Amino acid sequence: MTAKNTEKTKYTVSTTSLAKTKYTVLNTHVQNIDGIAKVTGRAQYTFDVKLPGMVYGKILRSPYPHANIRSIDYSKALKHPGVVGAIIGKETLGIKQGIWRRYQDLCDEQLLTVDRVRYIGEPVAVVGALTEDIAEEALNLIDVDYEVLPAVYEPGEAIKKGAPVIHDRFERNINVTRHIEWGDADEGFKEAEYIREDYFKCGGQAHMCMETRAAVASYTPDGKMTIYHSTQAPYYMQALIAPLLGMRESDVRLISTYVGGGFGGKFELDGAIFAAAVLSKKICKPVKVVYSREEDFIASKRRTPMIYYVKTGVKKDGTFVAREAKVYTNGGAYTGMGATALYLTGFFHSFPYVWPSYRYDGMRVYTNTLPSTSMRGFGAPQALFCSETQLEWIAKDLGIDPLEMRRKNAHYEGYEVPGQARIASCGMQQCLDEMQKWIKGKGKLPANRAIGVSAAGFMSGGIFNWFDTPYSFSSAIVTINQDGVVELHVGAQDIGQGSNTTMAIICAETLGVKLEDIKVHSGDTDHCPPDLGAWGSRQTLMSGNAVKMAAEDAKKQILEFAYAQAQSEALSKGAEGKFNIIYDMDIKNGWVHNVARPERGRDYKDVIKVALRGKDGQKIMGRGYYTPHRKGMISPAYSYMLQGVEIEVDEETGKIKLVDSLTAHDCGQPINHLGLIGQLEGAFSMAAGYGYLEYMPYEEGKLMNPNLSDYKMVRATEMPPANIAEIDTIEPEGPYGAKEAGEGLTNPTAAAISNAIFHRFGVQIKECPITPEMILKALKEKKEKDGGKKK
Amino acid sequence: MEKKLVRLDVNGQVHELYLNPKTLLVEAIRDHIGLTGAKRGCETVSCGCCTVMIDGMSIKSCSLLAIQTEGHKITTVEGLEQNGKLAPIQKAFLDNGAYQCGFCTSGMLMSSQALLNENPHPTEWEIREGIEGNICRCTGYNSIVRAVDACAKGKYNEEVRK
Repeated sequence: MTAKNTEKTKYTVSTTSLAKTKYTVLNTHVQNIDGIAKVTGRAQYTFDVKLPGMVYGKILRSPYPHANIRSIDYSKALKHPGVVGAIIGKETLGIKQGIWRRYQDLCDEQLLTVDRVRYIGEPVAVVGALTEDIAEEALNLIDVDYEVLPAVYEPGEAIKKGAPVIHDRFERNINVTRHIEWGDADEGFKEAEYIREDYFKCGGQAHMCMETRAAVASYTPDGKMTIYHSTQAPYYMQALIAPLLGMRESDVRLISTYVGGGFGGKFELDGAIFAAAVLSKKICKPVKVVYSREEDFIASKRRTPMIYYVKTGVKKDGTFVAREAKVYTNGGAYTGMGATALYLTGFFHSFPYVWPSYRYDGMRVYTNTLPSTSMRGFGAPQALFCSETQLEWIAKDLGIDPLEMRRKNAHYEGYEVPGQARIASCGMQQCLDEMQKWIKGKGKLPANRAIGVSAAGFMSGGIFNWFDTPYSFSSAIVTINQDGVVELHVGAQDIGQGSNTTMAIICAETLGVKLEDIKVHSGDTDHCPPDLGAWGSRQTLMSGNAVKMAAEDAKKQILEFAYAQAQSEALSKGAEGKFNIIYDMDIKNGWVHNVARPERGRDYKDVIKVALRGKDGQKIMGRGYYTPHRKGMISPAYSYMLQGVEIEVDEETGKIKLVDSLTAHDCGQPINHLGLIGQLEGAFSMAAGYGYLEYMPYEEGKLMNPNLSDYKMVRATEMPPANIAEIDTIEPEGPYGAKEAGEGLTNPTAAAISNAIFHRFGVQIKECPITPEMILKALKEKKEKDGGKKK
Repeated sequence: MEKKLVRLDVNGQVHELYLNPKTLLVEAIRDHIGLTGAKRGCETVSCGCCTVMIDGMSIKSCSLLAIQTEGHKITTVEGLEQNGKLAPIQKAFLDNGAYQCGFCTSGMLMSSQALLNENPHPTEWEIREGIEGNICRCTGYNSIVRAVDACAKGKYNEEVRK
């Protein structure tokens, strides 16, 4: 063992805070409020749910990438001992659904197909039995008569005239197009003193949640349905599945208490929830469907593979003047959240820089492969892999410092991305300072090592309403019991990122009580207000604002009583109205007090009791909501970051080893210190996986590594120290100045790894994930080229 | 296949179960005994979600038949706490934020505890190797390594002795 391996966790966290306020709960060291349940095995996931009389459902899947279904016969399966029921698409309402429900054209997926399959693994039939094994056996007894159709797998092939048409109304398989433009790019390129064009290819990535897609649905004779589901957004699930069952939204109850990971893959309806629900409705028994790991790989969507053409024009001093990007994405068989990814990739391809002119055209193309969708970073990791590697090469070509070039063109506070976004807080310059400090501190590296850096930014929740909900984007309700304990009801969903704790912290800080005084209720549509859920890094800002508003509402009511109480006491002592100062009352740490004289006060719990009596026994209730208005096209706020990685590459094998890293990160005001570090380290490991390990090879529409021995991810031995330099800006739109931290850091890392390889060997690899084979090939080509030159 | 009577010693309690001989240990623990702390995340003995300890050593409970473990002491995550008092490794996980979604946590705790049983003062690299068989998709592992390290250094011992 070498010395370097023994000191790895001695990570550093430095903080540059622009905030002056001292908080009692916010950004202190707290343990997650659901921690005990998780470290004792008590936490019950959908995977663990067992209801009386429950049957186990299994899904028969298409072996063909493209086929018509002439007929399905499951009569033999029904006779198999232990089989309780079965269902096929023809017995359902057959509605084509989609999460972009405002746009009927983009609702294109029957979760149990009626007459056609479009990718290998698409659900064809569902069987329910007393055990999973019996259900599995029964699947083999179902006869399906397929008419196999010609299939197409790559967007470049699928848009050609004469290619097989995957959805009848979509000519040349063009699913959706997106255009973003500001300034005049053609004029910009004329002004440019240096222009570079490159083609890039970015692969897919599996969400690989530790808990595979899982649902337990229980339909009862009173016409009600309860569904336990491993989801990022219970309200979405409720709203999306009810019409597919011919039910009222409110008659479907979604419960998701503990969720074993989401990462952008669990906020659309999936085959598990649909199969469980339709079979349960048919047989009136609880049905549990849990995907095997292989099913999760082949049939639960993935990060969107993209082909990028990037043209960039700059001045000789590195000032950016124009950029043009053309993108084809491999949409797979259905739309899902892919349409959003197509827009966001185009927007974040400009990040985090000022481009006087910018033009993006994106085209999402249907193919006969696993549908692609949102995944942590939401199109931005692909966009920034292409952008940040090309910028690094441009800086090299111009002979300028790549970090200084980034500094010169970086977003700044007050900048408006024309027609798209307003940047109200931005810590890019401080992030650059920290990164330069880290690199300088490294001194001269050993010959086999190199450092690569990449910048990124990300949104704090989307403002778009393609879901077409009449509700607020986020809502919260605070009620206070007679002992001072606060019941906080939120629609925000905890999927492991710690949102319950974040919401509790915001509530406790705002009300001025202790964290242990807050009980959070979430993950149940019968008891929690609607909220769009955990995706697009929206909850800290949006749900957080709703919670803050609800807590302020409740606090105001408490202080009304506190004021009246203090006033009457003062009067009784003869103060006679001289207590104007008393208007400024506050609660901190459970102490209701006069701000000017903090020692004068009373216990919060005593005030609550008085307030309850004063309200004739009604509880104090605070309500809060948040919907962004007039915040541009994308998001109310943006995080900023730089990722640096130090790597070692084995020249013989092409194998990459991550040695060290620094994340310089501006997430506004951190709410949960431990949670923030966890988000950054976790995002880094997933992003690094996308950079060099997580590869999804398809052959004829079939995924070649649908299991965890062949699909490689970062394991404990591959993870380097993740040093963190926090830059705490204050985001005016966020609760206490907070913005996103969970997702953005998935964006820069693949490019940082690629840039390190570039600095180590001088090779430009235009594909990600970067495999050892790609490195060896590039090294060989370089050697041949260099050899050729010498001759 | 004919069912057999199998006696499994799980967390100090002997459970008598009639099991098909091909029943995996993880199935016996989760589906027959009803302890759901151990999870399943794959079919290829790759993810480590189902890790338990057998006679103090960590093992993936999907890699064994239940009948093979008769006569051995099986410990699951539920067996770490004693009368509601958390074990030091559990406190260490809490205090270091060494979990997020929690789905891998049960297995990760068992691998960590087994490592400490075998090697009470592991180096950082030894900790990483000790949990290499467990995939965590959320944390990036470093917080887990810090938790195990702090636990090995005795940071969470005192309260338990009281």
